[in-house]
Amino acid sequence: MRIAWWKIVSVVILTYVIFWGLIGGVPRQPILNESIRNVYFHVPLWFGMIILLLTSMIFSVRYLRNGRPDDDLVAVEFANTAILFGILGCATGSTWASFTWGDPWPNDPKLNGVAVGMLLYFAYLILRGSFDDEQRRARISAVYNIFAFAVFIPLIFILPRLTDSLHPGNGGNPAFGQYDMDSQMRLVFYPAVIGFTLLGVWITEVRVRLRRIRAVLEA
Amino acid sequence: MRQISALMRKEFLLEWRQRYALNGMLLYIVGAVFVCYLSFNARRNLLTPIVWNTLFWIILLFSAINAIAKSFVQERAGRMLYYYTLASPQQIIIAKILYNTVLMLVLAGLGFGVYAFVLGNPVNDIPLYIAALVLGAIGFAGSLTLIAGIASKAENSATLMAILSFPVVLPLLLMLLRVSKNALDGLDRSVSLDEVSILLAIDAIVLALSWMLFPFLWRS
Repeated sequence: MRIAWWKIVSVVILTYVIFWGLIGGVPRQPILNESIRNVYFHVPLWFGMIILLLTSMIFSVRYLRNGRPDDDLVAVEFANTAILFGILGCATGSTWASFTWGDPWPNDPKLNGVAVGMLLYFAYLILRGSFDDEQRRARISAVYNIFAFAVFIPLIFILPRLTDSLHPGNGGNPAFGQYDMDSQMRLVFYPAVIGFTLLGVWITEVRVRLRRIRAVLEA
Repeated sequence: MRQISALMRKEFLLEWRQRYALNGMLLYIVGAVFVCYLSFNARRNLLTPIVWNTLFWIILLFSAINAIAKSFVQERAGRMLYYYTLASPQQIIIAKILYNTVLMLVLAGLGFGVYAFVLGNPVNDIPLYIAALVLGAIGFAGSLTLIAGIASKAENSATLMAILSFPVVLPLLLMLLRVSKNALDGLDRSVSLDEVSILLAIDAIVLALSWMLFPFLWRS
């Protein structure tokens, strides 16, 4: 069995994040209190999701350039994992919001943007399901994937910044880096981003291998 | 350039020969406006400006989706193949987008006229509102034409057209709502400058993507 070093790194980092994230010191903030620890889980999940979607789009571009079916497999599995991260991000976010903002789904542009983004990618999966011919499905869904990513970015990065948002870094609020994260928290936060992204890549890799085996068996 | 104009002419001719489709779209938007008018119990002063504005753009969105959905469906596969031997895919998509923009401008103009006629016209800054309509027409045509191309390749294209296009046009729609709300309230134009530039940026992104991606689409 092939052991990849990054899988070990991912396990080590995530263990560190979970333990040190829960027992390490955090600054005392009003309203947030101990729930500030959710920064280690909620935010890295979204970062990971965006990185995974970007990778998925890159593989779609590669598929359109050289037409290898394998790239399409990788693209769809990255999108799947990203959707999973998105759902987890929503779940952690709404738990957090119900304690700090008093509402599990406040009317916030960032939340709504992400909800629409999820619709975009669910539509991607439905689009994939509506083709019988494999080559055709691969090409057209690759085209849609690139288009969807180009729409997704303004939806979550540009539009929320134009209006008032509860999220830090939007609507004139300073980003979290500026005030409520001290250097101690950063020591957990940045590894958490890397760890969750690696975990996403790992999940994707397993699913891609499964798909490859299935493709060989069917052929 | 000559090929684009020839393709445009073909689109207009095709539309003119199938006038029932064009008339159908025009009637669709007039009917939708009238349904809204009657549903609000024909009391126009009940509508606050926000409701007035949102309702109009939603009517326009649905008409746009319906009108543009058929831009690839109405031509048979064999005929498409014939076009592709004559012109490059970029020329075809540009011609389609231009044609759809004109179509959307007609629909938006008519829709706005009828809407303002039956439901009252509270708009203070009409030129800005019309600018929003034009930007909206370009954006809808640009993003929905590519989506129509994608949807027409699949089996249940009507449903697919709707679910693919709603999230895609949403950023555009939100910006349009904001600009047209500013125009409605007659705010100073410098307030809407940000939104207008973002609208232009979204239009540019969408057009560039259609230009780049369509060549991959038509081959299948």
